Amino acid sequence: MTTNKNQIPITYLRPTKGLAALNLKDLWDYRELIYFLTWRDLKVRYKQTLLGFTWVILQPVINMVVFTVLFGQLLQVPTDGIPYPIFSFAALLPWLYFASSLTRSSTTLVGSANLISKVYFPRMVIPIAGVLSGLVDFLVSLIVLIGMMLAFKIIPTFNLLLLPVFLFLALLTALGFGLWLSALNVRFRDINHLVPFIIEIWKYATPVIYGSTLIPERFRFILGLNPMTGVVEGFRWAILGSKYVENFDPGPLFIFSITITIVVLISGIIFFKNTERTFADII
Amino acid sequence: MKDTVIHVENLSKKYKLGAMYERQDTLRDLLVSTFRSPFRKKPKSENQILWALKDVSFDIERGSVIGIVGRNGAGKSTLLKVLSRVTDPTSGIGEIRGRVGSLLEVGTGFHHELTGRENIYLNGAILGMKRSEIESKYKEIVEFSEVEKFIDTPVKRYSSGMYLRLAFAVAAHLEPDILVVDEVLAVGDAEFQRKCLGKMSDVAEEGRTVLFVSHNMSAILRLTSETLVMEKGQIVKRAPSVEAVDYYLSSGFTESGERFWDEDEVPNNAAPFRPIALRIRNSEGKVINTIRSIEKMTIEFEYELDEAITGLRVGFYLLSSRGEFVFTSFDMDEPHLYDEFTARESGRYISKCEIPADTFNEGRFVVGINASTYRIRRYFQDERAITFNVDPAGAPGMQWPEQRLGPIRPRLNWKIEKR
Repeated sequence: MTTNKNQIPITYLRPTKGLAALNLKDLWDYRELIYFLTWRDLKVRYKQTLLGFTWVILQPVINMVVFTVLFGQLLQVPTDGIPYPIFSFAALLPWLYFASSLTRSSTTLVGSANLISKVYFPRMVIPIAGVLSGLVDFLVSLIVLIGMMLAFKIIPTFNLLLLPVFLFLALLTALGFGLWLSALNVRFRDINHLVPFIIEIWKYATPVIYGSTLIPERFRFILGLNPMTGVVEGFRWAILGSKYVENFDPGPLFIFSITITIVVLISGIIFFKNTERTFADII
Repeated sequence: MKDTVIHVENLSKKYKLGAMYERQDTLRDLLVSTFRSPFRKKPKSENQILWALKDVSFDIERGSVIGIVGRNGAGKSTLLKVLSRVTDPTSGIGEIRGRVGSLLEVGTGFHHELTGRENIYLNGAILGMKRSEIESKYKEIVEFSEVEKFIDTPVKRYSSGMYLRLAFAVAAHLEPDILVVDEVLAVGDAEFQRKCLGKMSDVAEEGRTVLFVSHNMSAILRLTSETLVMEKGQIVKRAPSVEAVDYYLSSGFTESGERFWDEDEVPNNAAPFRPIALRIRNSEGKVINTIRSIEKMTIEFEYELDEAITGLRVGFYLLSSRGEFVFTSFDMDEPHLYDEFTARESGRYISKCEIPADTFNEGRFVVGINASTYRIRRYFQDERAITFNVDPAGAPGMQWPEQRLGPIRPRLNWKIEKR
């Protein structure tokens, strides 16, 4: 390290008072840690597994098969003429990404208790790494999606270019709720038990196995309260293209979803930042 | 002008004991206590608050190596945690110039499933190193750790010694402006400890500032020039290390030859081991503070095990008041006791040790207690549990009123032969 006086960083120790400064620069300084934690997550998840990364593909595929048999064949859920397998798979991709990211980001903070009580780093890197490591899984399962689009002869439209936007929305939603839940989890370990139920219920509240059109038009805004509705319908719109839009325009739902996500995310950041400095004492 | 790198003023840290011991871990607990509390009278707030640090102020200059000593619970670790920003002070301010590298525990963030190589990168990042820095030091780190052959093996297959060496190697190459070290040397074998100490004095020679908490007085004396003595969250003395160590080891004792442990003096992680009392008895069995060199003495340690412990050994260090070790002894040193007591059931025990007459030289001695299982866990340690004085009257060589060097004064079998 250079000993040039101007370059020496000065740290101030102060008691926590009022709204803690958000200090996003600190987060930027620790970007490499985010990278390493994400990478660790991935490494560890598939170590000592026989199938390794194959699990990433198997998970949505098995889900899709089950859904297709149960809801597509037996219950005949209406899909506006779209084959049920791709109808559900297009929604399962973002949903599974969201569910695993939310689980990770809300529980790994407590799992890193020994780190938190021993070393300083911006605590937010842990939930952030939690939502990032799922992206790799997501990208791998895109291969299956491409295969299915070919099989069902779905011609991609320009809508597909917007897929990353919907993915990003899923990421922000998972992070927003993850920040809330992980900070609460430090204090109340109930969250660990609660998260699986939240996700289970949330799955049925999101049009994953059914489409939004199943709900009468005037009640559809209720679905929009759930930001994942915008994400999932956005995915269908991007993948299935105009075929889907004929019957249903996800635009208004999407805008509604974005607004809610941003509110949750910003409030989550503030809540997390305000509680993070006591983590080491109570974790 | 002085080049101050750490400046703290009236730093205090408060812990609510209620929050620590009966933490509201679940929502149900919170609901219960919220609904119950309106009917409760004013809580007994005073004794539920613990000031782990109270009005601590000091300045530290660039390049100095400072030791911090104090008993368990004196606030040393809390001070390091506040300085390294792990936790916030309750009041007071501090200013730190330069990058702080904290080594509050060796191997923080190591992941058992990852290989040695992967852990070097991960651990380096956790300790605040840039990736390019880790890359440039990678070779050195591996060399220092002496685990080249196993660098691609998951660390869960490492021996504890290899694990420690690798973990310390990463931390030792951290090169911060200010290095904060807590008790790293309490683990590992002698060779490892020597290596760590060597590395730390290198760090100091490079002109970095080092804050070093240890229970090992000889390490403090060897490494540091100045030492802070902490007691009950406050700095009670700051002096050149020799003076400070002497002060720490010999101060604050009642002259009774008996020591009891209050509940708040025993760290939570000691459980199921619970120290009760330590006594020094003379040859007549009287609990006493001053022993004559020519009589035998007994050190007895009473403790309770709330659960059975296998492999527990209880023993003591004997130190001179300057912090040099005179000897170390454990109650299971003898093979027949080792066989009989390897599995110790719960209950109350007394481990006593008789020290033969004609052992000690004149002066003050310190008894430190250690209860541990070899290389697995240290349950309890108090490096200055009690002190006693030795009166040399009648010891060999007393016809000359001179001071004899060395901590022991054995009666040896001299013969003078005339040829």
